[in-house]
Amino acid sequence: MSRQANRGTESKKMSSELFTLTYGALVTQLCKDYENDEDVNKQLDKIRFSHFFPRGYNIGVRLIEDFLARSNVGRCHDFRETADVIAKVAFKMYLGITPSITNWSPAGDEFSLILENNPLVDFVELPDNHSSLIYSNLLCGVLRGALEMVQMAVEAKFVQDTLKGDGVTEIRMRFIRRIEDNLPAGEE
Amino acid sequence: MADPTLFEFLHTEMVAELWAQDPDPGPGGQKTSLLVLEGMGFRVGQALGERLPRETLAFREELDILKFLCKDLWVAVFHKQMDSLRTNHQGTYVLQDNSFPLLVRMASGLQYLEEAPKFLAFTCGLLRGTLSTLGVKSLVTASVAALPSCKFQVVIQKP
Repeated sequence: MSRQANRGTESKKMSSELFTLTYGALVTQLCKDYENDEDVNKQLDKIRFSHFFPRGYNIGVRLIEDFLARSNVGRCHDFRETADVIAKVAFKMYLGITPSITNWSPAGDEFSLILENNPLVDFVELPDNHSSLIYSNLLCGVLRGALEMVQMAVEAKFVQDTLKGDGVTEIRMRFIRRIEDNLPAGEE
Repeated sequence: MADPTLFEFLHTEMVAELWAQDPDPGPGGQKTSLLVLEGMGFRVGQALGERLPRETLAFREELDILKFLCKDLWVAVFHKQMDSLRTNHQGTYVLQDNSFPLLVRMASGLQYLEEAPKFLAFTCGLLRGTLSTLGVKSLVTASVAALPSCKFQVVIQKP
């Protein structure tokens, strides 16, 4: 009986590792595809990110549907509420972690998510020649894409990363503007 | 614990990523994209194979290993068991999944049939990679007659 239960958790752990490992394989592949020469590495990093960003964005655009259907969360009235939902509901649901929210700007339009342990980097070590790689950059795209679907234009970026020796991983979120519904002319 | 939905979406984007890089594939182009996906699956399968629970690794023969793939690996990756396993007892196995999770959302029937192969390459690699960690060299191919059911054929390479 206990063996059965043990296997249950093992398989759950494996399914979570599946995502982490698959993501790792994808980043490795991208690094291979876009790297022909050490000399142009810096230049290529730029391309790599601008190229990879939309991928996270696409996931976010579709993930938000899944999230709203499963979580019963209604519309947020301000950015603080949005921050709470992201950290306490969304991150919990999809990655099993709850980042803390800190560093609010006085205007209330910027905050930071502090990730104690980022599951994406479980088995990762950044080699020296990829020191400018923002490994978990996919997350920023996901956040941006998902929030855009609920009429919020935001900017998300990594400002600290444990992979690069920082103490914590920090994603900075900035509210840019509310996206107005574009009704076709004459239908208001 | 990452939610299974994340893997599904990431997989979709991986397929899209590799197709987007090569907007006009030549005769060998599609093949290389499939090989790249398969290679990524292989890496992941290898790593998963290493992280399997120890007690299940006491296999006596080939068939045990294949049964393990159908039960434990499939449950871990897709949260269901493989629907059937057949063999000719000469190193060829056919693993059939009647509702393969990566195809379920696409269609039921023949629509998008020609798109299906690119959504199978990664999983072929996954099976091959896990087998490789367990000490079995193999070739894995997949075929779809009608979505969302598909067959994986495993041919064991004798040393």
